[in-house]
Amino acid sequence: MTDDLLHAPLTIEFGFNRTTGPVVGAFYTGLREGKVLGIKGADGRVVCPPVEYDPTTGAPLTEMVEVGTEGTVTTWSWVPTDREGQVLPAPYALALVQLDGADTAMLHVVDVSSTDQISTGDRVKIRWADERQGLLTDIACFEPAGGAA
Amino acid sequence: MAPQRNVAVVSVAQTPHRRAAAGLSETEMIEPAIRQALDQVGATIDDIGFVCSGSSDYLAGQAFSFVMTLDAVGAWPPISESHVEMDGAWALYEAWLKIQSGHCDTALVFGYSKASPGDLPRVLTRQLDPYYYGPLWPDSVALAGLQARAMLDAGAITEAEMAQIAERNRNAAKDNPNAQLQGSPSADELLTAPYVADPLRRHDCAPITDGGVAMIIAADDAARKFSSRPAWIRGIDHRVDSHNLGARDLTRAPSIAIAAQHAGVADGKVDVAELHAPFTHQEKIVRTELGLGDDVLVNPSGGTLSANPVMGAGLIRIAEVANRISAGEADRGVAHATSGQLLQQNLVCVLEGE
Repeated sequence: MTDDLLHAPLTIEFGFNRTTGPVVGAFYTGLREGKVLGIKGADGRVVCPPVEYDPTTGAPLTEMVEVGTEGTVTTWSWVPTDREGQVLPAPYALALVQLDGADTAMLHVVDVSSTDQISTGDRVKIRWADERQGLLTDIACFEPAGGAA
Repeated sequence: MAPQRNVAVVSVAQTPHRRAAAGLSETEMIEPAIRQALDQVGATIDDIGFVCSGSSDYLAGQAFSFVMTLDAVGAWPPISESHVEMDGAWALYEAWLKIQSGHCDTALVFGYSKASPGDLPRVLTRQLDPYYYGPLWPDSVALAGLQARAMLDAGAITEAEMAQIAERNRNAAKDNPNAQLQGSPSADELLTAPYVADPLRRHDCAPITDGGVAMIIAADDAARKFSSRPAWIRGIDHRVDSHNLGARDLTRAPSIAIAAQHAGVADGKVDVAELHAPFTHQEKIVRTELGLGDDVLVNPSGGTLSANPVMGAGLIRIAEVANRISAGEADRGVAHATSGQLLQQNLVCVLEGE
């Protein structure tokens, strides 16, 4: 009897496409080329990832600058279990990383297998994805840059 | 902005807060609280000039879910109504503005959610910037851990202080019949527990809760008609910090201090404060930014660490302060509500009896 019921898929989503614009778009394109771009804020500080408007004054920003692919962990927390959508198998660290040449930090994940292997102030470097597509996940993760961990 | 009209909280009611309101829809869950808020002051929906709610389609799993919830209000004949996809504290702000603008004298405000059907820490990732944060699906507990670590590294808090905050809130909740978590082991005992997301332990995190709150506010003569001791809103203001977490000093939330200044927190003695801090370390940030002294009674309800209905937990802070003022237990109090991750957006409300 139940075999006769009609079925239809129901996907709950709020689907839309976004245009990344001149600043986020340039950042994504840079990632595809293996480069990380920041932007100079009104006070000369380099904001990375770059934003279209100054975080403090709201002034429009335009001067993109390339920053390093290594940086320093400014804070971190531990992700002990897997959650759908996350970009590394657990466990790993979630961290804010201030790339060399930048004055602000970016959020990403650090591939370490225990909390003994990460501390605030550690040096980490980008591990690039095998195939880069112009997305945040072109940075597969960060990994210890040797020595400091 | 100097308010043109005196507006007061005259009635509040909450659902019981629990891990899962099994078998109830959002509408069925919040209806008794709305009914109670009206009944307490002998009002019906015909006495209400404006209705505003705070809830989340992302939690309900349905677009325009708040429209269904209007069944709990009674929307025939047609009513004047609005909604925010935010905590109910911001619905209160909209209703307060509506009264200030002279469009109405009374309003019903409510905020609610059922977080139980989904994975709340994952759903909350959808509040984030979709370019630099969203693609990592960083859950709300791990994000809060970044802020706690920043405070610990800076010497702004200790893990022992965090445990004491949890202990104090959950012990206070023993007097709150609506609270989900009541009572706590000692802080020393709490500190022996393992981390759930280093540096956070389970006691550092608010519970996942189904529940809500309803409130009636009224201006001047209408307020006096409904209540013998209205809790007058002397100041209400909300401000926002950057959503760019890596550009913030995570140990601070300057938007709270600005909102507090505009709401007039320092203009008089504060007897009681209710702070919307879903993680222990955040209570200290809020308290510091508000400039509250050690003599202020903080979170006598048990706070968000004892009951955390998302989209209601901020409005509940205002309801708890209003209750204490109307009961004559306090003369002047401060309520704080937050929205977004890591105390990004903040509302401060000063309430006073007369």
